Amino acid sequence: MLKINNLHASVEDKTILRGINLDVKPGEVHAIMGPNGSGKSTLASVIAGKEEFELDEGDIVFENENINELSPDERAHKGLFLSFQYPVEIPGVSVTNFIKTAINETRKAKGMDDMPANEMLKLIREKSELLDINRKFLSRSLNEGFSGGEKKRNEIFQMAMLEPKLAILDETDSGLDIDALRIVANGVNKLKSKDNSVILITHYQRLLDYVVPDYVHVLYEGRIVKSGPKELAQELEAKGYDWIKEEVNA
Amino acid sequence: MELKEKLVSSFMAFEDYVDVNDSIHDIRTEAIRTFEKEGFPTKKQEAWKYTSLNSVLKHDYSVFPKEDNSLEFKDVKPYFIHEIDAYRLVFVDGKYSSNLSQTTHEGLDVCLMSAALNKPKYRVIIENYFNKIATKDGIASLNTAFSAEGAYIHIPKNKLVDKPIQILHFSTGNESALMLQPRNLIIVDENSHVQIIERHHSLTSHPILTNSVTEIFTNKRAIVDYYKIQNDTQNASLIDNTFISQKQESIAKVHTFSFGGKLTRNNLNFYQNGERIDSTLKGVTIIGDKQHVDHNTLVHHVEPNCESHQDYKGIFGDKATGVFNGKVLVEKEAQKTNAFQANNNILLSDKASINTKPQLEIFADDVKCSHGCTIGQLDESAMFYLRSRGIPEKEARALLMFAFTSNVLDSVKIPEMKNRITKIIANKLGVNLGFEL
Repeated sequence: MLKINNLHASVEDKTILRGINLDVKPGEVHAIMGPNGSGKSTLASVIAGKEEFELDEGDIVFENENINELSPDERAHKGLFLSFQYPVEIPGVSVTNFIKTAINETRKAKGMDDMPANEMLKLIREKSELLDINRKFLSRSLNEGFSGGEKKRNEIFQMAMLEPKLAILDETDSGLDIDALRIVANGVNKLKSKDNSVILITHYQRLLDYVVPDYVHVLYEGRIVKSGPKELAQELEAKGYDWIKEEVNA
Repeated sequence: MELKEKLVSSFMAFEDYVDVNDSIHDIRTEAIRTFEKEGFPTKKQEAWKYTSLNSVLKHDYSVFPKEDNSLEFKDVKPYFIHEIDAYRLVFVDGKYSSNLSQTTHEGLDVCLMSAALNKPKYRVIIENYFNKIATKDGIASLNTAFSAEGAYIHIPKNKLVDKPIQILHFSTGNESALMLQPRNLIIVDENSHVQIIERHHSLTSHPILTNSVTEIFTNKRAIVDYYKIQNDTQNASLIDNTFISQKQESIAKVHTFSFGGKLTRNNLNFYQNGERIDSTLKGVTIIGDKQHVDHNTLVHHVEPNCESHQDYKGIFGDKATGVFNGKVLVEKEAQKTNAFQANNNILLSDKASINTKPQLEIFADDVKCSHGCTIGQLDESAMFYLRSRGIPEKEARALLMFAFTSNVLDSVKIPEMKNRITKIIANKLGVNLGFEL
């Protein structure tokens, strides 16, 4: 699904990623954890194709294709999805119009016609129920005045609508109370299948209680310094990151 | 011969040719003297500092258009908001086109300025209203001197006009260069409500210069909803002078959509004469190439408890230039005034520019007046967000531009009109977003 080889990336001459290797197979859930400033969000943005980052070295291979040079929209058309840590507020564009445009542009890129309106409505109804989203919410301006929980739920709603092959959830659990966390996690679990994969980027163990990872990686100073099974997350929760730092610096 | 001299020397011939009554003759004679003295505005004048007329004045315009320039309905159909039943006043090269128009005298007057100026039954109204609020500067005086044709609309009291009135001016290119000076007079009496759409469109690549004057009077509790569509061709320029005098509790709204033309100058002036008046001035400007759009607004608050709302959005690409000069004048007696002004701009290229200048002169001490202007680029993080969802760059830009203009579009009260504007914008941005905003 996704293979990252020796990835180095920088922003404004500041190197952030220093040789990332990652292999995500279909159906797998990977968690990427790490202290603040270790490069977790940068990794997510670089995979999604954010142009302000300079890709200095290495390859990102998605579905056996090198996507280093693809634009964010082209990556999305191939089935990549990034749930933002801080979803952008866009006054004047409703959630519904936004998602319709996203779906139809993706279909257009694949040489398909627009999704018929009734089909679109049915899909919207189905997915909003899955995430316990009020219909009124869908006619509001995208993320404008949304609470933290609403923003994150809206991200997962978009994911549900777009049905990506690989979803990267960047700190989707931050700012969520326990009920919202459960709804979001439920949504993610329902959308999981043997064919698609998830990368969870998180600080904390608590999301991983609901969405159980196959692998846990620890990112520190731009490198994956430790990988292990789901128990590694519990260990990090209990012991913090200092022991990892000591191990790396030793 | 320079245009100014040509116009001045044409004046006598013009008056012979329109055959008018004495009172109008006096107004015209005075107006041509004013124009002769002041001429066209230049950049030396503060109000014209950022707009030079030099490039539009250099052509040898015909001042008297040839007669029969008949167009057929199919030629101009795209410019009508044709999904709706509307009264129409259509002018072709400055001449009234009866076959394209739909006028009325049943319960309201939607007819011609030439009729109003000449027929005795309108004389009292003309004497009371004509040229009463148009400024006496060079450019408006030039129009006054040559005023002969345009729209005359009189809505009697307690009348809710059932359909919008469209005023359309077409130019056909029968002349190598043509100057048009339409003159409109609109009077809306007590408790009446009317929607008006005005558009100027050139069907030719020949230079066209339109110098238009519109005087609007809204009497007590009247509501006027006025829309201007400015989406003309590369060689068409427009100087629009609109003056609105409002009586107590009346509501007047003017939306100006400026999407094209070589040079467009909007002089929009609101004069409030009564209490609890509401004035709204909104606009969306989206231009590129070397186009120029200048909004020069004035709201004059004279009495207490009135409001004004100004909201202008501008998007400038290529080498386009924009000007916003918004003046709010609050007289000493105008306590409890609530005046709001916003001008937000996006520059899409390094070579595009906007000069924005809010001007507040407040002599009352218990008022709420706010103004804000911004100049920026499209938000890169919003672009990334949209693109990460599969929306390509061009469409993502378009979506953000729509979003930027949405609160002006949202206040358009005629759905067909809003649809049309949305389509014009989408067309201009080269996108099909597949939904109506």
